[in-house]
Amino acid sequence: MDFTRLAAIDVGRHFGRRKALSQITFECRAGEILGLLGPNGAGKSTLLSILATLLTPSTGRVEYGTFSADSAGAALRSRLGLLGHDLYLYPELTARENLMFFAQLYALSEPARAVAEGLEHAALSGRADDQVGGFSRGMRQRLALERALLHKPRLLLLDEPFTGLDQASVAALSARLKGLRDQGSLIVLATHDLDVAEDVISRSLFLRDGRLARDPGPARDLRTRYLQAMGQS
Amino acid sequence: MSRIKAILVMVAAMFVAAPWIINAAPYESTMGLVQKIFYFHMPSAFLFLISAIVSGVYSAMFLFGKKPPSDWKALAAAELALVFGTITLVTGPLWARKAWGLWWVWDARLTSSLLLWMIFAAYLLLRRYGGPGSDKLGAGMALFGMANVPFIYVSVNYWRTLHPQTSVVPTLPVSMGGPLWFCFAALLLFFLTMMSLRVRLERQRAALERYYLSEDNP
Amino acid sequence: MKAFLRVAWLVVRKDLTVEIRSLEILSTTVFFAVTVVLVFSFGLIKEGRAPEDVAAAILWIAMAFAGTLALGRTFDRERQNETLRALLLAPADRPALYAGKLLGMLFLLALVEVLLVLLVGLLFQAPVFSSPALLIALLVSGSLGFASVGTLFAAMLVRARSRDVLLPILLYPITVPVMIAGVRGTAALFQAAPDEVMARFWLALLLFFDAVFVTLALWTFEPLMTD
Repeated sequence: MDFTRLAAIDVGRHFGRRKALSQITFECRAGEILGLLGPNGAGKSTLLSILATLLTPSTGRVEYGTFSADSAGAALRSRLGLLGHDLYLYPELTARENLMFFAQLYALSEPARAVAEGLEHAALSGRADDQVGGFSRGMRQRLALERALLHKPRLLLLDEPFTGLDQASVAALSARLKGLRDQGSLIVLATHDLDVAEDVISRSLFLRDGRLARDPGPARDLRTRYLQAMGQS
Repeated sequence: MSRIKAILVMVAAMFVAAPWIINAAPYESTMGLVQKIFYFHMPSAFLFLISAIVSGVYSAMFLFGKKPPSDWKALAAAELALVFGTITLVTGPLWARKAWGLWWVWDARLTSSLLLWMIFAAYLLLRRYGGPGSDKLGAGMALFGMANVPFIYVSVNYWRTLHPQTSVVPTLPVSMGGPLWFCFAALLLFFLTMMSLRVRLERQRAALERYYLSEDNP
Repeated sequence: MKAFLRVAWLVVRKDLTVEIRSLEILSTTVFFAVTVVLVFSFGLIKEGRAPEDVAAAILWIAMAFAGTLALGRTFDRERQNETLRALLLAPADRPALYAGKLLGMLFLLALVEVLLVLLVGLLFQAPVFSSPALLIALLVSGSLGFASVGTLFAAMLVRARSRDVLLPILLYPITVPVMIAGVRGTAALFQAAPDEVMARFWLALLLFFDAVFVTLALWTFEPLMTD
């Protein structure tokens, strides 16, 4: 199964009495990098979890093309990739073992080749047999990104991927994301790093206190638009 | 609501009338006056088991059907299970003390009741302290608790047996059966009205939360 | 079915690999089990003589206590880097993830129990080699009963508050039939003249418990883990 359009329709989520998200409606098409911008606690991670089908929305629905999370089930998850803030890597396993485990879990037809390619992209082929626990944050981030991309997902969700990366890694990651975009992936990128975001994203959603803030208009630069959006309620 | 009030009044009247009705029943030959606690003990034990099963069934419905009313009923039944269980576990030892001289004799049925009581106490602790999402976790716990009932029964039974045999009810003289069914009816009506009121409370709480959440403020 | 077994095996192998690298859970669990045996021994032994059947009781109690700690630690690990999310994100069959975790836990418990049996045999002169097949059967089926419920509860509590104390509160009442059957069956085998008929009765109860609760756990794992 595949899809080229992601749509959220009136998505809301609450935890007990705490409203994490409400009235989130947007669309994203293949070949686009959608930026999810907002301060900490705005609900970006919650929205990404919902898009990744790890959380069910309290209201509204998410459509992946003509499919929904309920109708497509496990097949949908094979087309999704999530790079979370916590990286999802086992520190006691080596880089190669981490990738191999997930490659086999995703039932890839040629796991060894996918792992080798992933290690190449992450520039970690030389450290492939070292335990991940000993890696720097940047190295783990690169590896985690490759883990999310192993199964070549259609929809890639990224939660603060530029955290802790040096300049060269940021540039490499931006180039990688643009490459994926050009190949037709749907990418949703949550970040509060506006300078990097400006270079990479095609469109932005401004999230504040769980709601979408109005976009002041494309004419100005991103930082100005962000500050204006946050100033509004 | 007024219908429930009417039934509650009737239940209260039945409880008030109970001592006279129980007093009118004949004395049991070996245990005398003390045996009369049986009129509360046995129906409570029975309703304890029924509440536990009701809670288990609604928990399963909630886990797989995901409809909130099932959860409300599961919670209400679990609380009532604890109430009836407490009555059973208090009246049991009171009876045992007078009948056999000891407060607790590790008898099979009382021990099984204690175990089931602990399962539902754990369920309520989970719902109280487990944080958000504990309604679903509690449902899992209650389902496992209900599935455990036959195992508790068999294992504790073969571990100890001292209780009067189950067949005591059919062999009771008719004059004892009357008060027994009367108390059973009173407690059953109590159970039904309490369930009704408790579920209503949960329904109102959920409605309140819905209004709160739909309020257009952050 | 093949996919189910494949995923379960992947999870087991991953857990074992991770554990072998650090040996943290195994060593702490084993040591804790030994401590429990000693504490109970000090409590129960009077003038060098142990009450009847205490060997069997201590064996199973130590397994239950140590097992609960091991369950908590195993899922703590998955929470550390949120790798449990990554597992749930994969298109793998969710019950297969549960089965993998369960098998890993059983393996750990088996290692702990080998040591416990030898220790209990040594300290209480219990005839642990008198009916080895039945004893192993009792231990395996009892551990499976305990671990099947424990793995499910530990997994479902991963994101709950007060999870450390809630796990034993929930787990012990539900697994009392396992404890009763395990202790009584083992005690029957540890008698001077081993009562194999009695042991077989309790073994049958344990196997039935396992069948019911493993099925129930496989069935409820997905609804309990999805938010």
